[in-house]
Amino acid sequence: MTGERPVPVPPTNPETEPFWDATADGRLLLRSCADCKRVYHYPRRQCPECASTNTDWTEASGRGTVYSYTVTRRASEEYADATPYVLAYVELKEGPRMLTNIVDCDIERVEVDSRVEVVFDDTGSGRALPRFTLRVGD
Amino acid sequence: MSTQASARVAGIYEHPVREAPDTSTPQLHADVAAGALRDAGLTFDDVDGYVTAESPGVLSLADYLGLEGLSYVDSTDIGGASYVAHVGHAAAAIAAGRCDVVLITHAGRPRSIDYDPGHPRRNHPADAPEAGFEDPYGLSFVGLYALAARRHMHEYGTTSEQLAEIRVAASQHAQHNEHAMFQDPVTVADVVDSPLVSDPLHLLDCCVVSDGGGAIVVASSDVASDLSRPCPAVLGSGDAIKHHGGGALDLTDTGAVESGPKAFDDAGVTTDDIDYASIYDSFTITVLEAIEDLGFCEKGEGGEFVEGGTLQAPDGDLPFNTDGGGLCSNHPGNRGGVTKVIEAVRQLRGEANAEVQVPDCEIALAHGTGNSIGTRTGAATLILGADR
Repeated sequence: MTGERPVPVPPTNPETEPFWDATADGRLLLRSCADCKRVYHYPRRQCPECASTNTDWTEASGRGTVYSYTVTRRASEEYADATPYVLAYVELKEGPRMLTNIVDCDIERVEVDSRVEVVFDDTGSGRALPRFTLRVGD
Repeated sequence: MSTQASARVAGIYEHPVREAPDTSTPQLHADVAAGALRDAGLTFDDVDGYVTAESPGVLSLADYLGLEGLSYVDSTDIGGASYVAHVGHAAAAIAAGRCDVVLITHAGRPRSIDYDPGHPRRNHPADAPEAGFEDPYGLSFVGLYALAARRHMHEYGTTSEQLAEIRVAASQHAQHNEHAMFQDPVTVADVVDSPLVSDPLHLLDCCVVSDGGGAIVVASSDVASDLSRPCPAVLGSGDAIKHHGGGALDLTDTGAVESGPKAFDDAGVTTDDIDYASIYDSFTITVLEAIEDLGFCEKGEGGEFVEGGTLQAPDGDLPFNTDGGGLCSNHPGNRGGVTKVIEAVRQLRGEANAEVQVPDCEIALAHGTGNSIGTRTGAATLILGADR
């Protein structure tokens, strides 16, 4: 992102608060189903695969690859002055694909399958927005 | 239960307006309702079913229009696909004996209320479970479709030039539509040289933003048989929702994978039988993926399929969106499903613009793609047969 990048405060609810609380400690949480073993995101009590409620939080490695990305060149509201910025789906090592931004790098270097790792942008509200940056080395 | 031929499209009307600064949205609903009923040769008193998808809502609009004695109402909202789905729902209700004459109206004024053209952040209701995991990242509709386009290119080698062919075909058709917002034909070079909005989608890969609306009257075959207008039969329909799947979303296909086979089975026809197709065109990639998912070509071969004028009427193998579609003519209220049905009916009646009328058009398909293939999307496929 060119200008100061926006860090909007995410809306939360009682079901998702533990996810956001963990971001304050720099941890990315996913949900895991004890019955069908599916790991999923966004978090919810009921497994989207098998409808079991025998699910719990699990900590993600924070690493993954770019499944798809786009350089947004026109935007509105708080993002109006942040163009160009990268909107992406990151496929986490644990499986789920999550919407996010790729930040803190030369956006021309972002490609499908680029290796990325999570970074946390403080929202100023005690919680942080998980984003990703290009990973160098192992 | 097959909906085959127990219901027919008796009336259609597309509002000619594309910018309506001095008209209320309910007024537009009233205009299109009256227009479609007039086209059918029916009146408001004949209506016993009413359907509309979005704000201000079916209750408010039934009141505003003075509709009484309704025995069937529906407000199904699956984004821009809604008004394609509504025709199938109306036909099923008619087949079940719930009603005889269903009025479907759509209207909206995004152009006049200063909608940022195609690039808003997507704001979910605060209680939407996905809101916290999507809205903070600067999403836009074009951005989400761009993600799909990028992944399709990555997996299948689809090119920007191939996507541009879709806009080229639409523009060739739009030059014959006096109401189209963009009537000048464009070339592949024009499209790929237009500014990137969200890579890899360019400005000309995106649909127009227009005020306006449209209406459809679906009637029982008994009612239709007394009318003087040709009334195409509802041969088959199918709906589907495709969603994020807890992070398992595949961006290279759409809900048409499910809605298409349902509609083809219902109608008892195949892709080979389709003489004309209205295919939802919020963006060029929307068309490309739907063509593949509906089975007009193999998955991943859409790019090659659309080359060489395949989509251009009257002589292409799959003439599409002969009104110029959402890309060039009209995308009323940011929901284009109603115009997809309307142009299919024009083709089946032989009332499309002369230069793009498909000869002997017997069976037409209308397909809607709603909300975003980048997250969760509605799909509706409708197959109509000429009244011969």
